[in-house]
Amino acid sequence: MTQGALPDVVVIGAGIVGAACAHELAAHGLSVQVVDRAGIGTGTTAAGMGHLVVMDDTPAEFALSAWSRQLWLALAPRLLAKHAFVRCGTVWAAADEEEMAAARVRQHALQVQGIACSMLDAAQLHEAEPALREGLAGGMIVPDDAVVYAPSAAAWLLAQPVAGRIEMRADAQAVAIERHGVRLADGTTVAAGAVLVANGLDATALLAGLPLVPKKGHLLITDRYPGLVRHQILELGYIKSAHQSSGTSVAFNVQPRPTGQLLIGSSRQFDTTDPAVEPAVLARMLRRASQFMPGLPALNALRAWTGFRPATQDGLPLIGPALPGSSSHRSTWLAVGHEGLGVTTALGTARLIAAQMLGQAAPIDAAPYLPARLGSLDNESAPHG
Amino acid sequence: MAEHIELDIDGRRVAVPTGVTVAAAIAHAMVDTLGSGVITRRSVSGALRGPLCGMGVCQECRVTINGRAHRLACQTPIAAGMRIETATDCGAPT
Repeated sequence: MTQGALPDVVVIGAGIVGAACAHELAAHGLSVQVVDRAGIGTGTTAAGMGHLVVMDDTPAEFALSAWSRQLWLALAPRLLAKHAFVRCGTVWAAADEEEMAAARVRQHALQVQGIACSMLDAAQLHEAEPALREGLAGGMIVPDDAVVYAPSAAAWLLAQPVAGRIEMRADAQAVAIERHGVRLADGTTVAAGAVLVANGLDATALLAGLPLVPKKGHLLITDRYPGLVRHQILELGYIKSAHQSSGTSVAFNVQPRPTGQLLIGSSRQFDTTDPAVEPAVLARMLRRASQFMPGLPALNALRAWTGFRPATQDGLPLIGPALPGSSSHRSTWLAVGHEGLGVTTALGTARLIAAQMLGQAAPIDAAPYLPARLGSLDNESAPHG
Repeated sequence: MAEHIELDIDGRRVAVPTGVTVAAAIAHAMVDTLGSGVITRRSVSGALRGPLCGMGVCQECRVTINGRAHRLACQTPIAAGMRIETATDCGAPT
């Protein structure tokens, strides 16, 4: 590229979504400038679990998560040990017969749509995860789900040799989108042919009225206990918790790290942007986890932290052109609002963005994720609280 | 002369003076095989580690005691019949 030539796209945000988008655009030959207020993968990307999971609450959630998980599985052979990719599978635990019945419905629906998934009776669940308590009804297993260490995967995506060019700029906070580019906190402007906003909740400071709300979550990591937990385990009730839109909820979610450490979640809170660990919420979350894993209170905890999921009203991300008039740059694009699925859906999001920006076809229908749908949502109900 | 109690370190029955810590008991048991070295655990990359601070801060002396992992050897007094597992097989003949 000629010295001083304009980048084709400036990507705001070097989290897993911004990194995946930059990688995909550059793979199509574009020159991409990535700016982040801190560094690669330091925000919500660093706070999460990195669970690559098929979710099927809505057809659109299923389409994007299942496709994206396939893209991760295809990418996995090129990743290194430091990216901590493990195809550990997900075990969904059913506490009672009601949850078992719901699991059967999900298992059937997933199988019909080509996702490997089988039911576990109580004995099979115990065999798969001996650390779970006796008396659970059973569950289902999704063997091709996986985990990845997202911050290092984001750095890897930005560093891959591609047809185009990626330049990463850390400590560069975007403060405004202007007619010709993005103005940074140091007063300089990065001019570019297009602007892709991929900085999660921070996007609300750049685009007024962008309907994203933070959903606070707690996580805790333990010392190493290799072999204690083999799969990512969630309670089937997790989905109920995940889709609440007010109040504080917790659900059992544990992940075995390749080191033998355990990541334990999960919690959801609204109407707060305070990053402090809240002992009452953490305690409630761990009590819930202990109800499924009775040996858990005897483990050594090393650290707890919080993060903020960027959530939309309908639970789907905003992928596509910004609403007309909402930005002063005429080619402004969004890849935000992935809530708790940003790591899973980053690769699919990147493909959708590249296809739309380059006017190509994508393998899944982009319509459910278009920001334009928010025009109609705005008239229905105010965002939470 | 000090009284001794018996415990199990890496599958080997050893008698150590009463009133000492697990870390001291391991040192006592390992003296034949490791000289003055003491090994308690392995790092995540497999490196051998041993007690450093002796006061419960550095976490290098973690061992499994009676099946419970990550107990601090330097902060735990021995008890008769205790079963201690370190990261080595130094208790077994090589």
